[in-house]
Amino acid sequence: MFTLRSSKQLILTLLCATLSFQSFAKETKDAHDSDGADLKSEIKAYIQHHLQDSYDFNLLSYTDETTHKKVHVGLPLPVILWDNGLQVFSSSKLHHGESVAHVGDNYYKLYHGKIYKTNAAGEISYDDHHHPTNVKPLDFSITKSVVSILFTALLMILLFQSLARSYAKNGLIAQGIGRFFEPIVIYIRDEIAIPNIGEKHYRKYMSFLLTLFFFVWFLNILGLTPLGINVTGNIAVTFCLATLTFLITNLTAKKDYWMHIFWMPGVPKLMRVVLAPIELLGVFIKPFSLMIRLYANISAGHIVLMSLISLIFIFKNWLGSSLSFMLAFAISMIEILVALLQAYIFTMLSALYFGMAAEEHDHEHH
Amino acid sequence: MEIPAIVGAGLIVIGVGYGIGRIGGSAMEAIGRQPEATAKIQTAMLIAAALIEGIGFAALFAV
Amino acid sequence: MEKLIGEFSFGLFFWQLFIFVGLLIFLAKFAWKPILNAVDERENSIKDALKAAEDARNEMAQLQSDNDRILKEARAEREALLKEAKATSNNLIAEAKAQAQEQAEKILAQAQEEIAAEKRNAIGDLKKQIAGISIDIAETLLQEELKDQDKQLEMIAKRVESAEIQ
Repeated sequence: MFTLRSSKQLILTLLCATLSFQSFAKETKDAHDSDGADLKSEIKAYIQHHLQDSYDFNLLSYTDETTHKKVHVGLPLPVILWDNGLQVFSSSKLHHGESVAHVGDNYYKLYHGKIYKTNAAGEISYDDHHHPTNVKPLDFSITKSVVSILFTALLMILLFQSLARSYAKNGLIAQGIGRFFEPIVIYIRDEIAIPNIGEKHYRKYMSFLLTLFFFVWFLNILGLTPLGINVTGNIAVTFCLATLTFLITNLTAKKDYWMHIFWMPGVPKLMRVVLAPIELLGVFIKPFSLMIRLYANISAGHIVLMSLISLIFIFKNWLGSSLSFMLAFAISMIEILVALLQAYIFTMLSALYFGMAAEEHDHEHH
Repeated sequence: MEIPAIVGAGLIVIGVGYGIGRIGGSAMEAIGRQPEATAKIQTAMLIAAALIEGIGFAALFAV
Repeated sequence: MEKLIGEFSFGLFFWQLFIFVGLLIFLAKFAWKPILNAVDERENSIKDALKAAEDARNEMAQLQSDNDRILKEARAEREALLKEAKATSNNLIAEAKAQAQEQAEKILAQAQEEIAAEKRNAIGDLKKQIAGISIDIAETLLQEELKDQDKQLEMIAKRVESAEIQ
């Protein structure tokens, strides 16, 4: 078990290593390439690859100078497929899509980041739009993102349980790293939950809002580390979070909320009929925009940051490369802000929607 | 002649950029006038900006 | 939109939902509840302490003002008493003076009266004694004068002479 001091050091080390390591990882990958157009397309593919989830925890990959074979350094993770029964095997069997994995009687191949069922030769057939037509088995693999989510969850449990315990030990005063997080918890309560939801109902939403905020924030920050994890820039993750907001909003909604949607008080009868479908659409658009906002902001941040770092290797002269480095540094700083801002906005808007659901008006009953 | 989708994307970015710029500018003015209401203005600004941004993203993804 | 749906991974969604909901339930029970309770408790205790201090201060001010009021009242009372006493004494003095004056006047009047009576008596006595003495003197004189006949005649002549007939 971590002590507080060691977990603090761990976080600090991760933050400090961000920039240097990321550029180092790029260098090892692209140093061998000399052809400009080839380099550009490779960079594009690399960024695309980075934005996607992967089946192993890849730290760096490079091409060996002597053997001209790609070398991947990282941790293989378990692949779990549901294909006429549970199929569990290590992702090292997939060989990063270079060869076919033979599991039991089945053959699987990794193609553009997804696992397809193939024949023994690993052939993939395409339709007219160049989309693979092979069967995609139901995939429950512990991917890089899942590992990151688990890591974040454990980190949060560790941090906040220790904060909760320190109150009992130290006479209601936070100790250690909790001192940093306690004001944030209070900020979320006083500036996000209470103004938006109201003094009366805010308490039951607090757990979700706090978990949401710290979860998104930590994952956003984790995405800026040289580990290059892009969890919150993943549509499945943001979809899940937005769905939870949607469900909580509508399941805890009071009568007034539905009345405002279907029979808006205070407007003429005809307008009410027109407004009802718009309002109903709004119920779905709200969580949808939550989902898209987080996904797009984080993805865009990663793309911009990686493109700027890649520019160093495209320019390959001291002026352009150092300029790119400065820009990448500046964008990194902005991304740290964006990481916090997006977590804040997601939480804020969720609280706003909860507030609309929990609100009770009395002005239309007279 | 067909207009390429990327032109639409550009128009969206112009519109969204203008909108968020206006919100930011107005918020600055408001804070200048009433510095004691900074927290409230910031919250309102972020919400408004986030809503415009959301529409912008929706349109961009539709493109 | 197509790209988004293409990127959607059900496995990741499943794990995310599973882990997040688990985390939410765990933290709600073991972290957020105690943290929020502790923060609330602390805030309440601070609020109570502040309120108690405020109350004590108010009470203090109340006491102070009470003291002031009592002091003022006492002072006013003393002043009133003093004033009253002074007035009473002045009255007494004035009354005594008046009485004394009256008494003195009375005594004076009586004395004057007595003096007058005595005077009258003395004058009466004196008159009586003078009359007696006069008679005695006249007797003696007459006896002396009228011892011979000549003298008696002379005197009668003198009288007759002095008595003018008109």
